[in-house]
Amino acid sequence: MSVVLQAKKVSKFFKQPVLFQVLKDISFSIEEGEFVSIMGKSGCGKSTLLYILSTMDTDYDGELFLAGEKLTGKSGEALARFRNEKIGFVFQFHYLLSEFTVLKNVMLPALKLGRKSEKEIERDAMEKLAILGIEDQAHKKASMISGGQKQRVAIARALINDPAIIMGDEPTGNLDSKNADNVFNVFKELSVNNKLSLLIVTHDLDFAKKTDRIIEMGDGEIIGSRSFA
Amino acid sequence: MTNFKIILDISTTFLLSRIKQSTIAALGVTFGIGTFIILVSFMTGLNSLLDGLILNRTPHIRIYNEVKRSEVQPVDLVSRFRNGLNIVHSIKPKKNQIRIHNALPLIESLRRDERVKGVTPQVAAKVFYLSGSTELNGLVNGINVEDEVCLFNFDDYIVQGSPQDLLKNKNGILLGAGVADKMLLAVGDRIQVITTSGGIVPLKIVGIFQSGLADLDNVQSYVNLKMAQQLIGENTNYISDINVKLWDMDNAVPMSAAISEQHDLTALDIKTANAQFETGTAIRNLITYAVSITLLIVAGFGIYNILNMFIYEKMNDIAILKATGFSGLDVKLVFISQALIIGFLGGLLGLILGFGVSVLISHAPFETEALPTIKTYPVNFDPLFYVIGVVFAISSTFLAGYLPARKAEQIDPVEIIRGQ
Ligand SMILES: Nc1ncnc2c1ncn2[C@@H]1O[C@H](COP(=O)(O)OP(=O)(O)O)[C@@H](O)[C@H]1O
Ligand SMILES: [Mg+2]
Repeated sequence: MSVVLQAKKVSKFFKQPVLFQVLKDISFSIEEGEFVSIMGKSGCGKSTLLYILSTMDTDYDGELFLAGEKLTGKSGEALARFRNEKIGFVFQFHYLLSEFTVLKNVMLPALKLGRKSEKEIERDAMEKLAILGIEDQAHKKASMISGGQKQRVAIARALINDPAIIMGDEPTGNLDSKNADNVFNVFKELSVNNKLSLLIVTHDLDFAKKTDRIIEMGDGEIIGSRSFA
Repeated sequence: MTNFKIILDISTTFLLSRIKQSTIAALGVTFGIGTFIILVSFMTGLNSLLDGLILNRTPHIRIYNEVKRSEVQPVDLVSRFRNGLNIVHSIKPKKNQIRIHNALPLIESLRRDERVKGVTPQVAAKVFYLSGSTELNGLVNGINVEDEVCLFNFDDYIVQGSPQDLLKNKNGILLGAGVADKMLLAVGDRIQVITTSGGIVPLKIVGIFQSGLADLDNVQSYVNLKMAQQLIGENTNYISDINVKLWDMDNAVPMSAAISEQHDLTALDIKTANAQFETGTAIRNLITYAVSITLLIVAGFGIYNILNMFIYEKMNDIAILKATGFSGLDVKLVFISQALIIGFLGGLLGLILGFGVSVLISHAPFETEALPTIKTYPVNFDPLFYVIGVVFAISSTFLAGYLPARKAEQIDPVEIIRGQ
């Protein structure tokens, strides 16, 4: 099995308001098709770590490898391209472009990648929406659907370019248990059937227990790794 | 470029979601560009009318013999007094002839000069127009009518009759409108003129001349060259003025300097003679551009404000775009293209508005005694103004959009996402 994501001694400091080390020498890796969750107390640095791993935050020490490429030190332009192609990100809050249709929201990252024709991209997007069971909402404006539906649209968008890994920062944090189960099932299927790697931050122990591995964080460090499966 | 298409798609969606503000911003540009077009078309129309009034009929170089005092007095030539302070009181002008010595060879040599478009001689004759017992001061110029028409648009100022009638009639006169008015004379009538030597010559009025300058029209008339020479009792060698038109007006200054140097004549160039007209033109242009640029700056601030507001509102969208792989440059282009769309559409509408109002102005009646051949307001429909207008609109909106767009480019998505 090949390694998809590898963090080597990732550290980060915040200089404001006081100098404070939020991440301390974080090292771990995720393999292809692996479904990993991160747990830890609020404020222990989970989100900060995820922003670094997703290449949006470049202000850190240590090294980061993703899909065989070293990302540390790359230009913003190159990282944007990489993020577009290889990383799907799902936020806690359903971040959609509210003036666009659901379909367009899903299509945008692929249109940016520009590897397929608009027709093909539209077909792909409909397919992803169908996987998440919301293809009937495709032509509605993103602002017109419910919270649970929005989160599924965000997942469909994360999938559109067939990324190497999906990262989620408490993606089920705002959903009721039925919707949360739904999202978990979708993730599980993707990891089993599509060999997709997933790294999901969660507070929900029931959710985490069903993943392949739980990384436990405390005060900016990895304090343990468990597996219930 | 697929990337450009998607960026345009995003920016138009953003614009349409704020259609009211976008429209207001665009109308600001419309107003600025429209005003620019109207002002510049009208002002330059007026400029060329006024310039034409003077410059078209003014020779680029006028050669004549000026009555002036000698620069060098006899005492200066005596070596004994050279180091003294010589004061000569009551210097009188040298007795000098008005005629240009050797005028015909000079005309020939000027005609051969390739910078010269045309040369035409004139003979000025002072006369009195005789009407009953009153005598009116007058100045009759002998001219080569054909030359004057083709070089100085002479026919523009003949309000009755035609210049060709003068050619056909050697006793003909094109009478100044002011003179005709005062003496109640019309085309076909006869007029008597008294020459300086006392002779009375009857002339036939073949046309009325109106320059628009009342002072001129009250004294000036035109006859054939030969007739003028007869009026002052001179032969056909007698020429008092030589008027030169050049291909390029800018040669007037050096050429006139050379001529007065070589031939000991006064050669007056158009720039010296009409310096005030260029100044007037320059100032009118300055006002036009200053007003237009001011309006565009105001429009630019409108765009700047609205884009800043858009960016503030779209903070989340910008963060999402960046998180899903759009680069800072892409985001910047999204906002710059919004500014450019506003500028382009607003500018285009401004051109249409400007053109429409200009057409209206150009059809508005404008009749004035002073400008006989003008019936409506002068408007200059130079396409260049429309090109400048578009360039103005695009570049000012680009500038107005650039700063907010750069701010959007630099937005850190992590900060926005964390802020939730
Ligand atoms: N921009 C910032 N400047 C300073 N401190 C920050 C900043 N962002 C987060 N922190 C701090 O870093 C710590 C880790 O935050 P975060 O990664 O969001 O924790 P988690 O996601 O695990 O709850 C917290 O103590 C938080 O207050
Ligand atoms: Mg967090």
